[in-house]
Amino acid sequence: MEPVFAVLTGIFLAVAVYLLLSKFIIRILLGVAILGNAVNLLLFTSGRILREVPPVIGAGLDVPAGVTANPLPQALILTAIVISFSFFAFLLVLSWRAYSVLGTDNTDIMRVAEPDDVQPPPLGY
Amino acid sequence: MNVTDLTFLALCLPFLGALFAPLLTRMLGHNAAWVLALIPAAIFVHFAGFTAEIAQGTPITGGYTWVPSFNVRFSWLIDGLSLSFILLISGIGALIVLYAGGYLKGHAHQGRFFSFLLMFMGSMLGLVASDSFLMLFVFWELTSITSFLLIGFDHHREAARRAAFQALVVTGGGGLFLLAGLIVLWNISGVTQFSALMSLGPMVKASPLYLAALVLVLGGAFTKSAQFPFHFWLPNAMEAPTPVSAYLHSATMVKAGVYLLMRLNPVLGDTPEWQLILPVFGAATLVIGALLAVRQTDLKLMLAYTTMSSLGLLVMLTGFGVPYAIEAAVLYLVAHSLFKGALFMVAGIIDHETGTRDVTRLGGLRTAMPLTFAIALAAAISMGGLPPFFGFLAKEEVYAALSSSDPRSIVFAVLVITGNALMFAIAFAVALKPFSGKLVATPKHPHEAPVLLWLGPAVLALAGLVAAVLSAAGHALISTPMASAIAGEPRVITISLVPHIGVPLALSGITGVIGIALYLGLARVRAGVASVLAWIGWGPDRGFDQAIRGLVRFSFAVTRRLQNGRLDSYMTMTFTAIAAVLLVPPFVFGELALAPVFPSIPLHELAIMVIAVIGLFAVVLAKDRLTAIVSLGIQGFSVAVIFLLYGAPDLAFTQFMIETLAVVILALVMTRLRLSPSDHRPFRETLPDAAIAIACGLGAGLLLLKVTQVPFDTALSDFFAQYSKTIAHGANIVNVIIVDFRGTDTLGEIAVVMIAGLAILSLVRLRAGSMRRIADNDPDAEEAGR
Amino acid sequence: MKSLIFRTITPVITSVMMLFSIFVLLRGHNEPGGGFIGGLIAVAALSIYGIAFGGETVRRAIVFHPLSIAGAGLLLATLSGLLSMVFHVPFMTGLWVYPVVFGEEIPLSSVMTFDIGVYLVVVGAVTSIALSLEERGED
Repeated sequence: MEPVFAVLTGIFLAVAVYLLLSKFIIRILLGVAILGNAVNLLLFTSGRILREVPPVIGAGLDVPAGVTANPLPQALILTAIVISFSFFAFLLVLSWRAYSVLGTDNTDIMRVAEPDDVQPPPLGY
Repeated sequence: MNVTDLTFLALCLPFLGALFAPLLTRMLGHNAAWVLALIPAAIFVHFAGFTAEIAQGTPITGGYTWVPSFNVRFSWLIDGLSLSFILLISGIGALIVLYAGGYLKGHAHQGRFFSFLLMFMGSMLGLVASDSFLMLFVFWELTSITSFLLIGFDHHREAARRAAFQALVVTGGGGLFLLAGLIVLWNISGVTQFSALMSLGPMVKASPLYLAALVLVLGGAFTKSAQFPFHFWLPNAMEAPTPVSAYLHSATMVKAGVYLLMRLNPVLGDTPEWQLILPVFGAATLVIGALLAVRQTDLKLMLAYTTMSSLGLLVMLTGFGVPYAIEAAVLYLVAHSLFKGALFMVAGIIDHETGTRDVTRLGGLRTAMPLTFAIALAAAISMGGLPPFFGFLAKEEVYAALSSSDPRSIVFAVLVITGNALMFAIAFAVALKPFSGKLVATPKHPHEAPVLLWLGPAVLALAGLVAAVLSAAGHALISTPMASAIAGEPRVITISLVPHIGVPLALSGITGVIGIALYLGLARVRAGVASVLAWIGWGPDRGFDQAIRGLVRFSFAVTRRLQNGRLDSYMTMTFTAIAAVLLVPPFVFGELALAPVFPSIPLHELAIMVIAVIGLFAVVLAKDRLTAIVSLGIQGFSVAVIFLLYGAPDLAFTQFMIETLAVVILALVMTRLRLSPSDHRPFRETLPDAAIAIACGLGAGLLLLKVTQVPFDTALSDFFAQYSKTIAHGANIVNVIIVDFRGTDTLGEIAVVMIAGLAILSLVRLRAGSMRRIADNDPDAEEAGR
Repeated sequence: MKSLIFRTITPVITSVMMLFSIFVLLRGHNEPGGGFIGGLIAVAALSIYGIAFGGETVRRAIVFHPLSIAGAGLLLATLSGLLSMVFHVPFMTGLWVYPVVFGEEIPLSSVMTFDIGVYLVVVGAVTSIALSLEERGED
């Protein structure tokens, strides 16, 4: 199964990167959302894929009865999903505020922190 | 408390004193010097107690474990070499503290000055006491930093700032060479302590890395000890208050490089390279320093350049490798510390009491300042190498070394005689010119200095006499153990004031005659040197300025290029780098994944994946925002279904909920933004962007393929599966990992979620008015606006 | 949203979902579920309520400020970890008690209170995000 997932992850990542390379914040945000999924899939795949057996120990047993899906990447991804959502929401609000103050969604024009006309530093001591 | 603890305390004491110095000075004013001088005095007494034991030939070691995993210890090695340095540093240090009490009396920041001075003293003591390489390096750089603070003490003057910066760059940069050199030595020998390294000299010299280690160590030593062409920071450091000059340039800072050479002489010395590089650089520094000293009219600058000369002489002697050379270096080092410290302080007194230290504007002070005159004369006699002072013994020993049968001796003897004669002339120019002749009007009315000022130089000048008279005892306790430690074998020093008729005495006589001639014709020599210098043009000092300016311009240009303020160029650079990291190593090292075998998958699973990919491309190609949002949802839900199909129900549910919420809030915000989500990218940008994106995707895919082709280590997962129920009482292993096995992680993660909530709330609550004020806060905009 | 049917049915849906979210939270240790998922289900329930009756109604319904709820959850989770210190075991060690109530053995643990803390943080923080965005939509 892993090769299929590798291809899928590659496509997710490529699309995310393409969106992130845009100049427009809303598309960058879409890219961030997709990047989260791409990374989650990457984690999921590197823990190896197993079909339909959730990592839950059956009633009355002390260890899983047979081979189950790998629980570790699942635990990592679960928290990652929630965090990337919080992060996404924060970025969304941030870019909305930036838009309402600066009046643009083009990152080339958003230059309050790094203005275009920087003077060279003084040469004395 | 045993000896080890007491020694550790002694090494820490200056830093503790530095902590309390400002408070003490606020309470006692300049009289705090009397109390603070007790710190170096106590250290002096503590270490002086080791003298007898070390004279027997047993070094004192001790220390504590510091980083056991790297075999790094905080340990010290007190042998004849370290002990002499420690006694000089603490002894002269006590006198300097007193002197500073008088010199900076009433200065607003005198407490701060004491604090810096004590910190410097502590660093210097640590440097010479260190046994471990790392400790030596740390203290080495600490002396650079504390001397930066001291030299730049008058930080409102640009010259002082420049001098401090220059000293820091040159000596701190040299420290990096030293670090590399010590690492090479560690690499060769496998030990991290000097005490262990001492016996491994033959092994180090036989190593192919010997030359590298030598050059790197010399890079550190020569910058610290101001050897030509790294000498320029030393005279510039005269911008510091005189107590600093007297301390740093007599016994401490600049001698650190000489100390290092002496410490490593048994390990690196006695090779053709050592005996070539050291004498050549040393002799060049000696002569150039002395010539530049003649050129000066400022008392402190004259002394500064002769310090450079003396350092050159010391370096030369350390590497000369003939009988008496090491002994001469030892005696000259001690003599120089005593007379140079005294002379600097005298120069400070003259400056302090008359308001000028330009030798051409001073004269006739002998009646107004008789005591200072006596001190100056005593120190100058020692510096000129005349009996009955210690400098005479040192010079006799120097000439004894140079009159050996070594073929280099004649050339070097001529150079040393030249240098010594020039220094002779300068010594008396400093000590006689301001006091003799007619009284010249000075900015301040001259009068004798207060006790705090004359005590230090008087003690040092007197010490020069006592050391010469009681030379037998001094040799037994100090000089002989020190010379033995440097040579790595027992040496005995016997020279005394009793004259020995021979070549050395003749050379002394020649030096004296030339010196007197130079003194009498000083004005003409000065003019001659000045015209030669004018013809040469600019030296390393100007070069330093040019280099720094070039560096600033270069970094500005690079910064403008790399940090141009355009997000998409940052992104392009970042992802190009990521693609390169992902793709290049597998191709270069032949670590590419094997051709994958695609399993046949059920139709419904394939369908979900296809839907996910369609959703992805729909996001890219969407013409309006609703399509984009819905397409984003499609790919998200597809991922959720994939999780569900492959044994991760927890993930699937979470993903469903999150994707729903994400789409909702995205819609909420996007409807208000009035933005077009479609891609405005021109075609010439689309292609490179797409290429980078595909490269990243390809790289990640290949990496993942390779990763999944190697055997999987299930140790961790097995651990969780095995103990989830038996220890943590939970059947859902994923949940047990989250809330129990890795609960601390989760705690951090929910804190992040919480902070994100807070940040969003505050962003939303910001009113439009307050946003405008934030934009106004931009300092550049403010200047432009008003 | 003004649809009568939606408004009528929303309270029922919301309460059922809230109950379900608590069920998912509590069963999480042995079956699929847990604090994160339970919390998100609760947020979904509140969102539906908000869509039907507006953000202000939701605020009144949950009494406390959503971020206070999240803060309380974070505090609860931290205290669950610190509790182990009282028993001289390392931070975050799971502690279990099995009191018998009405002849039924109820397993209680610091792990469970920790999960409840996670639940509260997720509910509070995400609700706060949704509500603050929703609020701006009205002005």
